[in-house]
Amino acid sequence: MTGLRRAARKRPTGARMEARLALVLLLPSVVVVFGIVVYPMLRTLLISFFNVDTPFGGRFPFVGLDNYTSILTSPDFWATTRRTLYFTLVSTGLELVLGIGLALLLIAPLRGRWLLRALVVLPWALPTIVNGSLWRSIFDAQYGALNAVLTQLHVTETYHAWLGTPFMALNLVILADVWKNTSLVAFFLLAGLQTIPRDIYEQARVDGAGAVRSFFSITLPLLVPSISIVLVLRTIEAFKVFDIIYIMTRGGPASGTQTIAFYTYLQAFSDQRFGYGSALAYLIVVIILMLSALYLRLLRSNEMSAL
Amino acid sequence: MSHHDLSAPNPSIVALSRRRLLGLAGATGIGLTLSACGIGGGGTSSSGGDNTGTINALFMKQAGFSEADILAMTKAFQGVNPKIKVNPTFVAYEALHDKTVAAAPAGTYDVVLIDVIWPAEFGSKKIVSDVTSKYPDAWKGEMFGGALQTALYQDKYYGVPWILDTKYFYSNKDLMAKAGVEPASLASWDGVIAAARQMKSKGVVDYPLVWSWSQAEALMCDYTQLLGAFGGKFLSDDGSKAAFNSGGGVAALEFMQMTLKDKLSNPSSTQALEEDVRKVISQGQAAFALNWTYMFGMANDPKESQVVGKLAIGQTPSGPAGRPGVNGSMALAVSAGSKNQKAAWTYIEFLTSQDQQNKYAKDSLPVWKSSYTDPAVIETNPQTVAAASKQLDSMILRPTVPNYNAVSQKMQAEIQKCLLGSKTAQQALDDAAKAADDILAS
Amino acid sequence: MKPRRSYLVFIHIAAVAVAGLILAPFGWLLFASLSSQNDLLARPLSWIPRDPTLERYRAIATTSGADVAGAFRTSLLTSTIVAGSTVVISMCVGVLGAYAFARLRFRLRRMTLALFLSTYMLPPIAIIIPIYLILSTVGLLDSKLGLIIVYCSFVTPFVLWIMSNFFLSLPQELEDAARVDGCSRLGALFRIVLPIARPGLFATMMFAFLLAWDEFLYALVLTSSSNAKTVPVAIAEFTGRFSVDFGLVAAGGVLASVPPVLLALAFQRYIVGGLTSGAVKG
Repeated sequence: MTGLRRAARKRPTGARMEARLALVLLLPSVVVVFGIVVYPMLRTLLISFFNVDTPFGGRFPFVGLDNYTSILTSPDFWATTRRTLYFTLVSTGLELVLGIGLALLLIAPLRGRWLLRALVVLPWALPTIVNGSLWRSIFDAQYGALNAVLTQLHVTETYHAWLGTPFMALNLVILADVWKNTSLVAFFLLAGLQTIPRDIYEQARVDGAGAVRSFFSITLPLLVPSISIVLVLRTIEAFKVFDIIYIMTRGGPASGTQTIAFYTYLQAFSDQRFGYGSALAYLIVVIILMLSALYLRLLRSNEMSAL
Repeated sequence: MSHHDLSAPNPSIVALSRRRLLGLAGATGIGLTLSACGIGGGGTSSSGGDNTGTINALFMKQAGFSEADILAMTKAFQGVNPKIKVNPTFVAYEALHDKTVAAAPAGTYDVVLIDVIWPAEFGSKKIVSDVTSKYPDAWKGEMFGGALQTALYQDKYYGVPWILDTKYFYSNKDLMAKAGVEPASLASWDGVIAAARQMKSKGVVDYPLVWSWSQAEALMCDYTQLLGAFGGKFLSDDGSKAAFNSGGGVAALEFMQMTLKDKLSNPSSTQALEEDVRKVISQGQAAFALNWTYMFGMANDPKESQVVGKLAIGQTPSGPAGRPGVNGSMALAVSAGSKNQKAAWTYIEFLTSQDQQNKYAKDSLPVWKSSYTDPAVIETNPQTVAAASKQLDSMILRPTVPNYNAVSQKMQAEIQKCLLGSKTAQQALDDAAKAADDILAS
Repeated sequence: MKPRRSYLVFIHIAAVAVAGLILAPFGWLLFASLSSQNDLLARPLSWIPRDPTLERYRAIATTSGADVAGAFRTSLLTSTIVAGSTVVISMCVGVLGAYAFARLRFRLRRMTLALFLSTYMLPPIAIIIPIYLILSTVGLLDSKLGLIIVYCSFVTPFVLWIMSNFFLSLPQELEDAARVDGCSRLGALFRIVLPIARPGLFATMMFAFLLAWDEFLYALVLTSSSNAKTVPVAIAEFTGRFSVDFGLVAAGGVLASVPPVLLALAFQRYIVGGLTSGAVKG
């Protein structure tokens, strides 16, 4: 937009000044972030080319890309990746749709709106470790709340093993994740909604646009930057999902909920195959980058998004 | 395959990482790590140290000896050894393995508590020290055979057994009386199954059996127990190949599958951990279960249980090949990176001494045979001690191989596939064996 | 403009439904924290506890720090300090950097931002051993400061990215006007941009706080005493090797969700006040 055009007009000295100012403004972030993670990141990258099976330093056989090729030819890896992609796409998709609805509700002229806004923080504020136990106990085959409710309302006759089959368990873990993280999505979209000037809507109303049309022609397009933020944000988190799996199902039944981060944890830590685990970790980064790039391309809001 | 030296020899390691850190502080040293060439990390030098100094010890919370017990033992130890200072640290069981691994290069802890399935891994990767030479000969006769193997890997001791545990067979006396089942019939698995069928046909309980068969180590513990009873073997004699996919190994899994198919086992077993088994038993909703020592105490606590006084604890039923119990013990080990090997050993010796173990027997049973005839020990928990003195002498280990975790995960997944009905026992174990062979060969 | 009546009815029904969906599982958590084990395991379940107990809350409030319940009390303070400091540091450095990404042109801008973000794409489990080693070398293991440093390293990239997007979505004209009036770039940032970016700042701040509040794996491995154990670690310790008291975990969860909600309440009213005043009208 204007920023671009203006920058293009700048004389070279101005550009150099801008670059220098950018460096100064970015330096604190560079120190805070890379001061601690640059060594671990590079070490992990280096290790991924070696056959490392202890946490200690020492001499290790260099294996080139062997770790990567053996991962990419392992059926376990592809099964886990498919499962994780399913988890990521379904959970972020649901969170996005529900989050948009919730955000619209949170900005609507409700009585006691502040109360609803506070309430919405509640699931987000619950530590994942508790959220996992909570849903595990709701779905418990013997003493779960869901079974109690359904039988007492005579919807079902007997108690059901909700987490007993692999695919059902995966979907229920998604449900638990959506319950917690829709709040986060709604909060970001609420912030986005709040920056949309009111008078645009009034203008549209004068022009005779209904609520549905003004949602699709005004709200949604102007919300795209916020949507791309939450989409990428949730994708990174969902693709790395670990805690809630560990607590709700430990990857079972029959590995039906084993996601890639959980698989990496087992390889790198439980089995101490650090080389293999490091290669897995970088493959995760690659997949997330690809997913994010895809989203941002689809949502490409031109210069409106910084990435 | 070429070998690259990726880190400097021991003495310079600390200096090397400091230098590296200084570079990092500059935050622009991108090429630095690669040129300094380090997959570095601390060393494993075990300079013995004299019998003084500070020891950091890693324990777990909420299981076995209580935190208060350990603090009291430590206080008593410092009374006798004023030159050694001990800093005990308590973490959740879940954190023990990962913390021990993460802390190894930095050498944070001198004494670590290790689970029975870790000595092969920790020993072969030199995370804990070989203490065989420090074992007095007398211990080998005075400790339970089952206890001694807890820290044993390839004929070397990597720690001293401290928390002794195995799964016992629990039965609900009330439900048995209702169905007219004789306690003596529970001596064998055949008898247990007959009793379960009788209970089911009389409508005493919907599912007489409940197990911890969720995809977790808990499943391996139950499978190990049954594999032992049915005369199976995990590995070939030289330890290089999987052997659980023939004979008793398959029979054990077929047995498990049968109890689910015939609706003798609670179907929620495939998602249950030990704690879920305890809940079902403590509500009187199952008659028989395998579980660790801890369940007996909790099942007799009126706040937690509806079956107070109704539960019997006994030796596990025998199969065609006997009745060995699964070893679920833990040991204290000296970490290889400790600068105070001697002091750490002195501390371990004290904590595992018969004197100390008898004193706190209420929370965790001693590893010493003669303790089980000591009236003071018996008095703490008469029924458990009686069951333990029989069960503890014969125990079966899960495979002692360095990458046991990887083998275990494969087996858990395949066994679950069988239990959920998508594979036959033979097929599931064949698949697991194939994967295990690859892991063992790597 | 007056909203239609049917619309008002609809949003109020929707609000009640949302509240129900949020409160039902949370109510179960509260119920579990107040029920005895026997009540929780009863079949059929009685929704009014026959034997209600405040024992777990009492244990958390009164027992000594050595007890797991007492240690949870300390961890609430630790987590507040750690998450609070993380927010302050990462917001301060992140907002400056975000402004650079949003308004300044320099080479490799997108690349730099992607590099920042990719640090968080790496699963923590892959880098925890070297991080442990670094903290151990500089003597910051098991300390709040060590955790704060680690947390800032993964919270800051998000602040950078989120805030730069928010800055971009704000109209440039206001800033231009201020600069014509003689404001420096930074002057415009603080006087013009930040005040109108408040909704975004607030959402980012909540996000940063909760990211640190919820973090589990680093805290589990990097802390070992009540010095630095955070809320999730303390809750994990309610669970023994084989035994789990879900009621106590539930009580911990109920208490752990209070500080973030209070934070949201406190900041929200302040934010909402200045929000629709039309500052954005370009």
